Amino acid sequence: MHKVTVITGHYGSGKSNISANLALEGAQNGENVTVVDLDIVNPYFRTADLKDFFGEKGIELIAPSYANTNLDIPALNFDLGLIAAKEDVHLIVDVGGDDDGAVALGRFAQQLKDCGNLEMLYVVNRFRYMTREPYEAQELMYKIENASHLKHTGIVNNSNLGEETTKEIVESSLEYAKELSQKVGLPVAFNTAPDYLGLEDRRFKNVKVLIKPIWAKDI
Amino acid sequence: MEKNLMKGNEALAEAAMRAGCKCFFGYPITPQTELAAYMAKNMHKNGGVFLQAESEIAAINMVLGAASTGVRAMTSSSSPGISLKSEGISYIAGSDLPCVIINVERGGPGLGGIQPSQADYWQATKGLGHGDFHLLVFAPASVQEMVDMVVKAFNKADEYRMPAMILADGLLGQMMEPVSFPEIAVEMPDKSSWAANGHKNKRAHHIINSLYLTPEELEKTVVDRYAKYDIIKGKETDAELYLTDDADIVVCAFGATARVVKSAVNEAREQGIKVGMFRPKTLWPFPEKEVQKACANASKVLSVEMSMGQMIDDIKLALSCAKPVEFFGRTGGVIPTPAEVLEKIKAMGGNN
Repeated sequence: MHKVTVITGHYGSGKSNISANLALEGAQNGENVTVVDLDIVNPYFRTADLKDFFGEKGIELIAPSYANTNLDIPALNFDLGLIAAKEDVHLIVDVGGDDDGAVALGRFAQQLKDCGNLEMLYVVNRFRYMTREPYEAQELMYKIENASHLKHTGIVNNSNLGEETTKEIVESSLEYAKELSQKVGLPVAFNTAPDYLGLEDRRFKNVKVLIKPIWAKDI
Repeated sequence: MEKNLMKGNEALAEAAMRAGCKCFFGYPITPQTELAAYMAKNMHKNGGVFLQAESEIAAINMVLGAASTGVRAMTSSSSPGISLKSEGISYIAGSDLPCVIINVERGGPGLGGIQPSQADYWQATKGLGHGDFHLLVFAPASVQEMVDMVVKAFNKADEYRMPAMILADGLLGQMMEPVSFPEIAVEMPDKSSWAANGHKNKRAHHIINSLYLTPEELEKTVVDRYAKYDIIKGKETDAELYLTDDADIVVCAFGATARVVKSAVNEAREQGIKVGMFRPKTLWPFPEKEVQKACANASKVLSVEMSMGQMIDDIKLALSCAKPVEFFGRTGGVIPTPAEVLEKIKAMGGNN
């Protein structure tokens, strides 16, 4: 299937983790998945951290060559437009935070539109400062659209409190997502819950927590 | 109180504003940039000033000026930028001014790299600038602790009229954790006896200065300051002792490295190894009594740091070299893993 999924949002809203989960889901459904790490603003905790994991799952990763190095250079050494034009690939683009990160997307806007099957998902977490209220999330969403020259097609409600996430925490965000959805006239593509909560609840998509600090990983 | 999910850098900024910081002067550098960015977006909402200076040197001297008037002032940077600020920090200490300086450390020396490091331990605790002086140095290990220590740093800086530093690292600055902001009742101490905030022809001039015309006069100010440091050494040390009571091996670590060490200690305990952790929360003054207590029953001590080994000196001094102190570390921006620390614990013979 030829499809492009662009993931945007506030710093720390969980974009990279959502991108990785969608990639994993695609690979498990037999799709030919390529993930592009388009983050040129964030030095640590990024999709490129999952290089080995993606390799094991047969997911191709394209990242700036300076990701996770000491070169703090916002440069892309690949052509996203050419990658997006590839037939039979589900391309997932993990964009850097806020409108600052979305600037990198703007350059490829026309080519992404040309691919015909483009979805652009806006990831929100109501427990992040500056997107706590629906109007704040709305304002940032439009800033990202202005910077990227692209329009969102849906919202991903990824509200969580890190390790302290509970069923009550994720449930308390449903109303927030609904209000944002009504304000901007876009559907909520899905609400997430970390899989370790073990929720069997059709309102939530259970997601794996793949991006985490070194001490939280298995020894 | 509802919690927020915040990056360490953002939490440092928010906590500073809530602690009554009215002036922030800085210059951008990875990996602390989010702190300045947060200040730029929010400082004016609280009636404060955010100013991006033309350089780190300019920024620290603006802090000197603002602190002279009695307002709470702060600057932040990462390792190379802190080196640039060192002259101004010495002037601030020599002028007995309170302020808060944040170092979100990265790899060095030189321009080094942008990945996390703790190799500025010596700089922060022994020699952040010329002359005889100290700063209060706090070492948070979580985003919540970053909040709590910023508030404490402002209070203690004012109490003792001296600069205070938060020594963090890129990992803490960049990671996100749930955090809450306790209601902070900002109690500004009375600074009317020294603040240079306008005499209105009603009192004598207040002079903020670090130049003395005779060596005897200068010596007296330094000796008086050291008497104050002795009081601080007695009152202001703080540390976490984790499973140290029956520990045969005590692993010492601060900041983000302590999180790695705690994972290794927990795993070692599951394997039946009697190991504990000592974590200083203040690096100056170094918690000497606390490390002595933590190591009382240990036969061996290990220091784990993101450097080539700097805190290990203070541990040896505190223990009067009575016990062997070994070292394990990674440097240049490489973070030690819990597995590596566990391997080192086992290699030290921690199997009883």
